[in-house]
Amino acid sequence: MLPRLLALPLLFAAAVAAASTQPMGYEDARHLLARTGFGPTDAEVRAYAALTREQGVNLLLRDARTDAMTPPPAFVAETGPLRYPRPENATVEERRAFQQQQVRQGLELRAWWMNEMLVTRSPLTERMTLFWHNHFVSSQQKVRFARLMYAQNATLRANALGDFATLLHAASKDPAMLIYLDTAQSRKGQPNENFAREVMELFTLGEGHYSEKDIKEAARAFTGWSLDRDTGRYLFRPAVHDNGVKTVLARSGAFDGDDVLDIILARPETAQFITTKLWREFVSPEPDAREVARIAQIFRGQNYDIKVALRSLLLSDAFWAQSNRGTLVKSPVELVVGTLRQLDVAPGSAMPFAVVAAGMGQNLFSPPNVKGWPGGEQWINSNTLLARKQFLDRLARMDDAPPAMMAVAMPAQAGSDDDKVRAQRFAQAMDRGIRSVQFDAAQWVARQPGATPDARMQAAQTLLLPLEPVVAEAPHADFDALAFVRATLLDPTYQLK
Amino acid sequence: MNRRSFLHSASALAAARTFATPLAVFGPAAVAAVPTHADYRKLLILVELKGGNDGLNTLVPYADPTYYSLRPKIAVARDQVVQLSDSAGLHPALAPLLPLWNDKRLAVLQGVGYPDPNLSHFRSIEIWDTASKSEVYLQDGWLTRAFAVEPVPASYAADGVIIGSSELGPLAGGGTRAIALADTEQFLRRARLAQTSNGGGNKALAHILKVEGDIVQAAGHLSGRTVFATQFPQGAFGNAIRTACQIVANPSGVAAIRVTLSGFDTHANQPATQARLLGEVASGLVALQAGLVELGKWDDTLVLTYAEFGRRPKENQNNGTDHGTANVHFATGGRVAGGFYGAAPDLRNLSSDGNPAYAIDFRNTYATVLDKWWGIDSRDALGGRFATLPFVVA
Repeated sequence: MLPRLLALPLLFAAAVAAASTQPMGYEDARHLLARTGFGPTDAEVRAYAALTREQGVNLLLRDARTDAMTPPPAFVAETGPLRYPRPENATVEERRAFQQQQVRQGLELRAWWMNEMLVTRSPLTERMTLFWHNHFVSSQQKVRFARLMYAQNATLRANALGDFATLLHAASKDPAMLIYLDTAQSRKGQPNENFAREVMELFTLGEGHYSEKDIKEAARAFTGWSLDRDTGRYLFRPAVHDNGVKTVLARSGAFDGDDVLDIILARPETAQFITTKLWREFVSPEPDAREVARIAQIFRGQNYDIKVALRSLLLSDAFWAQSNRGTLVKSPVELVVGTLRQLDVAPGSAMPFAVVAAGMGQNLFSPPNVKGWPGGEQWINSNTLLARKQFLDRLARMDDAPPAMMAVAMPAQAGSDDDKVRAQRFAQAMDRGIRSVQFDAAQWVARQPGATPDARMQAAQTLLLPLEPVVAEAPHADFDALAFVRATLLDPTYQLK
Repeated sequence: MNRRSFLHSASALAAARTFATPLAVFGPAAVAAVPTHADYRKLLILVELKGGNDGLNTLVPYADPTYYSLRPKIAVARDQVVQLSDSAGLHPALAPLLPLWNDKRLAVLQGVGYPDPNLSHFRSIEIWDTASKSEVYLQDGWLTRAFAVEPVPASYAADGVIIGSSELGPLAGGGTRAIALADTEQFLRRARLAQTSNGGGNKALAHILKVEGDIVQAAGHLSGRTVFATQFPQGAFGNAIRTACQIVANPSGVAAIRVTLSGFDTHANQPATQARLLGEVASGLVALQAGLVELGKWDDTLVLTYAEFGRRPKENQNNGTDHGTANVHFATGGRVAGGFYGAAPDLRNLSSDGNPAYAIDFRNTYATVLDKWWGIDSRDALGGRFATLPFVVA
């Protein structure tokens, strides 16, 4: 890993000066793609290595899709009324059938998204959709209807790199959100404060930039935002809307929900909050206050154009700084999708891998609470780290007999949130997933660039790891390809990006 | 090194321990130079009622007409209440706890809260987990800070175990050896994949290396499958209780265990949900007592419930309750002095946002754990002097 060692201060200064006109080179391209997508392949890195940093960032943003490449599961086209079967109007069997149908559809939906991430030619779109899924959080645990979770996902993807104001309005009226944060149940006289609180605390301003009074007043403005249970669409119900004067963030008027969102969008704290969160996603765990302020101002000044914010972040000095390389922890979905993409492994079905990511702590469409997955170092504890390592270990030793635990895995009960059942489901899914793919380590290493086996292993390690390995040995002549790949994947630095 | 200067170097110690872990596996003596005064043979089990359990329907003020006027739809009917006194009684789903109460081993802590309450789930649980003031932001959990003041012996399998949750809460941050697991057998099977190393690097990498070291340490000490006569309840919480008992059964020990039961954020259709959850709490605690008695550990265990907040006295329009403040909690164990502590919320005297004042600062319960249960001076860990409560018999 010679190039990393050569990044001495003097050379680095020269490199910065030349960065605007020079091709970024392999290491920078790897960094850019690993941070904005899922584990890049050698060919993908090479394609970007020839571009300048600015060209590379521009290309990424220009080519970002606003829709998925793969067709969604058939059930999303269903149009029947959205009604939970209740004891007063449905039998026990009907209610159980409904429950099982939603669990099944939820699983299909997760598999679909996982697969989209595996095959997309626009990984940034999926990373940003995932980012907004973890921002405008809803969970199928509460929403129940898988087709509403799909509709929300499509809305987030369509606006993922659009403008934040449009996204905020759309996400707030999104049917899954109306259910998830109880907006659809809120009515004048006794407004439900759930959405009003979270929209300020988690979606826009951040803690400390509003009062309890603001929440109560805003909750009145959101009354009437409802759901047409026959069509599954947003519906404004004037009869339950509070038409009175509200005072929110020091402004008074007979506001409705859209007015309140616009008042929030007019506050500088909103741009700061979103920029800070984007920084943590793409740049480093420790946002630089001055840089965030600078970029937030540009973001707000350019009508909340998300591409503008992202472009500024990706072209900031901090993004490229050597000291910020390998400082972010891969999310479980990034780890699973990235590994399969990077190792050129194409599973027949993505479903087991969605369950595997869930076992590592990231169950798509079911974030733990409205704050989303905490992320960062919190992805890694003893339980989740071992789940990650078990997945990587199994992938890199497919020719071995499966460990005994796989054989004795017991049948999982559908719909249970029991930890032990979940653990069993994880083991079974992993077994199914790993058995469905073919990873030939020798062939894969042979495809990496280099004149000698050692050089090819070295190239593979440079591709796979963001930093020097801390445990894995350097490649040597009698290291067979499988043992080498396994050691590299199990190195702690592989958890980083 | 006296205790004050030791505290000031707690973060340095945390950093040192990060890299000393592999050493500690083979040579506990390297860490044993730090004197330990705390009695960590005594175990703390925290039970988190996540989402904010509704205390007013947990300990019901069934003689108070204001309670029934605030909750015309979701109040627990007087004839359903398991009466503990002439003014308060338990939700019927908690009836299995009655023998503990009659045994004087169930302490009912009323009106537990803190000044200037925050109604956000995330911020309020952070306040509880870090034992901070409402306006102060701290990183480390209160147990992490306590264990920095008085380290848990290096020979222990871990400082604490978090069961069935990925959030470390009171054990977050610093140099605590916190193990999160769902199930002991699965943990031991997988632990062979962890490897120790002496590398350093950035903060995220250091964290991963520390977790690897903690796994190696814990796996080296936790072993065996204890067979219990106790029947553990079905479901996630019952399994967490079973796992807790499996960990307690290991001779090398841990100082603290946290189990979590989620789902208490009952904004809508509260009665059925809360009844189911409280039923799980009750059967879980009864099984925990039985398991600990079987292990001979009941007298050395203190069980304490907590949650981010209580819920608002006035019901909402969806047969539920919104975020509130002061709440009721329970302490139990072989050395708990049963009875009522604190004061029932005054429902005729609510704040402008409709919530009652607190009677017990939650840090008084933490001080009780630290000073009286373990014998650790709580002042440094809690950032101030908080009085202890007499619910623990030394």
